[in-house]
Amino acid sequence: MARLIRTEKEVEGHYTEQWIVVDEDALDQWPAGPLQTVGKPAPRVDGRERARGEATYTADIQLPGMLHAAVLRSPHARARVRSLSLSSVLAAPGVRAVLEPGDSHVLTDEPGYHGAAVAAVAADTFAQARAALAQAAVEWEVLEPLLDPDQAVEKGSLVSEPNVSERGATERGVSEAEAVVEAEYRTQTVLHNSLETHQAVCVWESGRLDVYISTQFLWGVRATVAEQLELPPDKVRVVCNFMGGGFGSKNGPGEYTFIAAELARRTGRPVRCALTRREENLATGNRNSTIQRLTAGARSDGTLTVLKGDYVNSVGFEGWSPSTGGPMELLYACENVRVAEHGAKLNTPPNAAFRAPGFVEGTFGLECLMDELAARLDLDPLELRMRNYADSDLVDGRPFSSKNLLECYRRAQPHWARREEVRARSQGPWKHGMGLASQVWYGGGGPPSYAWVRVGSDGRVQVVTAMQDIGTGSRTAMAQIAAEELGLSLDRIEVSLGDTSRGPFASISAGSSTIPSMGPAVRSAAADAARQIVEIAAQRYHLEERVLSLRNGHIVSADGGSWPIEEITELLGEGQILGKGARGPNPTGMRTLTFGVQLAEVAVDIETGEVLVDRIVAIHDVGRVINPLGASSQVEGGIIQGIGHTLSEDRLLDPGTGTVLTQTLDAYKLPTIADVPEIVAEFVDRPDEHLTNLGSKGLGEPPIIPTSAAIANAIRDATGANVRSLPITREEMLRALRAAREREGLERTAETVGEVRSA
Amino acid sequence: MAFDELRVNGGSYPLAAAVGRTLAETLREDLGLTGTKVACGEGHCGACTVLLDGVPTLSCITLVHTVGNRDVTTIEGLREHPLVASFVRADALQCGFCTPGQIVSAAALVAAIPSPTREEVRHAMSGNLCRCGAYPKIEEAVVTWQD
Repeated sequence: MARLIRTEKEVEGHYTEQWIVVDEDALDQWPAGPLQTVGKPAPRVDGRERARGEATYTADIQLPGMLHAAVLRSPHARARVRSLSLSSVLAAPGVRAVLEPGDSHVLTDEPGYHGAAVAAVAADTFAQARAALAQAAVEWEVLEPLLDPDQAVEKGSLVSEPNVSERGATERGVSEAEAVVEAEYRTQTVLHNSLETHQAVCVWESGRLDVYISTQFLWGVRATVAEQLELPPDKVRVVCNFMGGGFGSKNGPGEYTFIAAELARRTGRPVRCALTRREENLATGNRNSTIQRLTAGARSDGTLTVLKGDYVNSVGFEGWSPSTGGPMELLYACENVRVAEHGAKLNTPPNAAFRAPGFVEGTFGLECLMDELAARLDLDPLELRMRNYADSDLVDGRPFSSKNLLECYRRAQPHWARREEVRARSQGPWKHGMGLASQVWYGGGGPPSYAWVRVGSDGRVQVVTAMQDIGTGSRTAMAQIAAEELGLSLDRIEVSLGDTSRGPFASISAGSSTIPSMGPAVRSAAADAARQIVEIAAQRYHLEERVLSLRNGHIVSADGGSWPIEEITELLGEGQILGKGARGPNPTGMRTLTFGVQLAEVAVDIETGEVLVDRIVAIHDVGRVINPLGASSQVEGGIIQGIGHTLSEDRLLDPGTGTVLTQTLDAYKLPTIADVPEIVAEFVDRPDEHLTNLGSKGLGEPPIIPTSAAIANAIRDATGANVRSLPITREEMLRALRAAREREGLERTAETVGEVRSA
Repeated sequence: MAFDELRVNGGSYPLAAAVGRTLAETLREDLGLTGTKVACGEGHCGACTVLLDGVPTLSCITLVHTVGNRDVTTIEGLREHPLVASFVRADALQCGFCTPGQIVSAAALVAAIPSPTREEVRHAMSGNLCRCGAYPKIEEAVVTWQD
C-alpha cells in the first residue's frame, strides 16, 4: 500500500522536511556477510565498454547538424560591461547565432568573478566559435574586487545569515578544562577537475527539449530546466548514460545547459556547449577555502570539556556556506560545543559541493586540534578519541541507527602499534611518523527513488531506473542486488539507466546516497518480480508458494524439486514479468551517519620540507558492503584526492586582481600514479539493522574526509611541527618546522630559567 | 609524407581536414573514433594518448597533417588487447574517461617491457591523469596484464 509520510531528507548535510509517498518496505534484510553475489567482489558490469572506448559520454554525442558554442567570460573579478558589440562576432565564418546579457538569465553584464559568463556564440565548429569570440568588442569598467574573507565577514558581505549553534555552556567548559588548545587552521581552494568537462548538448523537437548532459542528477536537471524555461517537466528529457566524473560539481544544469538550449532554440539545430579545461578551472565550482579558529579544552584524563569553532567559508560570489563545523558537533561526546559558520561573499568563483563539502575542511581542523590536545596532555591520540566516544547524537539526543566506530578503532590497533617501528625508520634528514584521524559523515540516502525490473522469456533481467552511474560503480551494485534477490548470476542482469524518459525517478548521486537510496528500490522491484515468478511456478507445478524460492537460476522447492527459471519464463512467449519497487522511509527518530578512521605513515625531509606519504590504512563503517572490489576503489580514489588536497592542489588567485592563476593541469597539481602510497582498505561490513531492506550506507565521501588530518598528524608525530595550513607545500612544511624549533627553543629557555630559579 | 590519407588501426582514410585540425579532432569528429578522449586539449593529462608507429603521442596537440605515413593506433585498435581484460578484472577504472588513454600508454609500455616492474609502470604511466584515483588498480592491471 502506498503510504503518505512526513520525513526528513538529507543531502550533503542539508536536512529538509517533506511529504513523500512510499511503498511498504516489507522485506527483511539479508543475513550479514557475503551472499551469493552481494558482498562478493564484482568487476564493473560496464567495465569492458568503458575500457574499450565504446561507452558514449556526453562528450562523444555527435548529432547531425550540431553546432558548437563558446562562451565569452569576464577576464575581471569584478567589472561592469560599459558597451558590448557582437556584430563582428556574428559576421565571423561559421557563426549561426550569438547571445548577449538579457538573452539568457545565465549571462551578465555585471560579472562578479573571473570567468562569469557574459555572452555566447554558436558556430559550425568549436574552433570557429572560439575564433569568433575573439572579435567581440567589449569595454569593461573594472571595479575593485572584495577578496579578503575576514574583511567580508566584518563588512557583512555574506551569502547567508551566520550559522551559530551551541549546546551546553562553553564558558564553563573552558573554566573546567585543565588543558586548553587554541589554534587557527586554514584550508585552500580546491578544484574538482573531473576529466570530462562540464557540458551539455541541447536539441529541440516539437516543443520538447532533449538535454544530453554530464550530470550527477538527471531529475534535478529536468526540474530546474523545466522551471526556468517554463516547460512541463515531461517536455524535458535528460540523458546521461556514461559520465566522466563530477565529485559534487555536476549536481545541477549549470550555465552551459541554458546557453546550449537558447542557442539551439534560436538556430533550430542541436547545440553543444562544452567547457574547455581552462573554463573548467574558472567557472564550475570549487571546494571553498576556509579559516578555522578553534579551541579545545579537556581534563587531564582527556575528557573534553569544551569545543569551539569559529569558521569563515570563502564561498565566492554565489554558492552556499557548507557545514564546516559539522564534525565538531557530531564526532565527540562533548557537552559544551559552540560552532559559528560565516559564508563570505567575495568576488571569487562560486563554490560547489565537492566530496563531503565542509566536513573535509572541518575534519582537518578538528582532528589536528585533537592531536595537539593529545600532545599537550601527553595522551595517546587514539586513546583520547576513544575516551570521548559519542554513543548518541549530542546535537539532538537521537540514537544512531548504527555506529561501529569503536570497532573501527579496535581494528586500527594493530596498525597503530606499528608507530614505534615507523618512527625508528627515521634516518638523516628523513623523519618518519604516524598519525590518525576519525571521520563522521551522512550517507544514509532517502526516499523517493523507484526501480522497475523486467524478466523476459529467456530468463534474463533488465533493471530499469533513471539513475546515473557517475563512475562509482552504482550500475554494478544495482545488478548485484537484483541478481541476489532473483537468485540469478550477474551476467543475466542488465541495468538500463541514464534517461529520464526511460525509467522512473531516481536519487541524486551526491552525498554518498546512490546505493542507500537506489539499492533498496532495486531490491524491492526484484523481489516483486521474484514473487510473481514463484506465484506462476506454484500454479505450473501445483505446489504452494511458500515452499518455493529462487536459487542459482532455479526455482527450488522445499522437498528438493528444482527447475531452471527459464522453464517458467518460457511459458510467457513475448510476455514479460514486470516488478516495481520503491525506496522505503528512513528510520524515524534516529540519526544515520557513516564513520571511520584512517591512519597515515609519512616521511618528512626536514631539510627540504618534502613530505612523502608511505601508507594509508582506512577502516570504514558504512553498513553492508555490496561490492568489496568497487568499495576498495572508492576508498583508494577518495584517499588519493585527499592526498592532492593535502599536499599539492591549490587554486591560486592574483591577490591584487582576483583573477585565477591556475587554469591548466600543469599549473594545478593533481596527484599522479607516482604519488600514490600503499593503501589498505578495510570495512566493518555490518548491515545497519534499522536502515532499509539493505542496511547499506554510502561510501563515496567518507574516505576523503580524514585524509588530510591523518597526514598532518603523522607529520607532527615525525617532526614535532604543527602544520595548520593546506596544502602542505615545502614552504609550509619548512615554516612549521621553523615554528616548532622556535617553540622548542623558548620552552628550553623557560625550563632553564625555571631550573635556575628553583636552584 | 602522405598528406592525403591517414592510416588508422590498419585502415586507410582519405584526409580532408583543414590545416590546423588536430589528430584528436580528426579521429573523434571526422572518423567517429570517439574512444580517444580529450580532457584538457593542451597536452597535460594524457587522456588523448594514441600510438604513432607504436610511440605514445598526445593527439590533442598533434596536428593531423604532421602524422604523415605513420601508423595511428587508437583504443579502437586495441580492443582485443589483454590489457582491456586486465583493467576490468583489476577494477582499474572508475568513471572511465581517462581509461582509453591509460590503456594506450600501457600497451606501449608492455610492448617495450613485457613484464614491467611497479616502478617502471609508475614511471611510464605518470603522464596519464586519473581524477577518480584508480591508480593503485591501474598499476595492478598493468603488472598482471599477462595473467
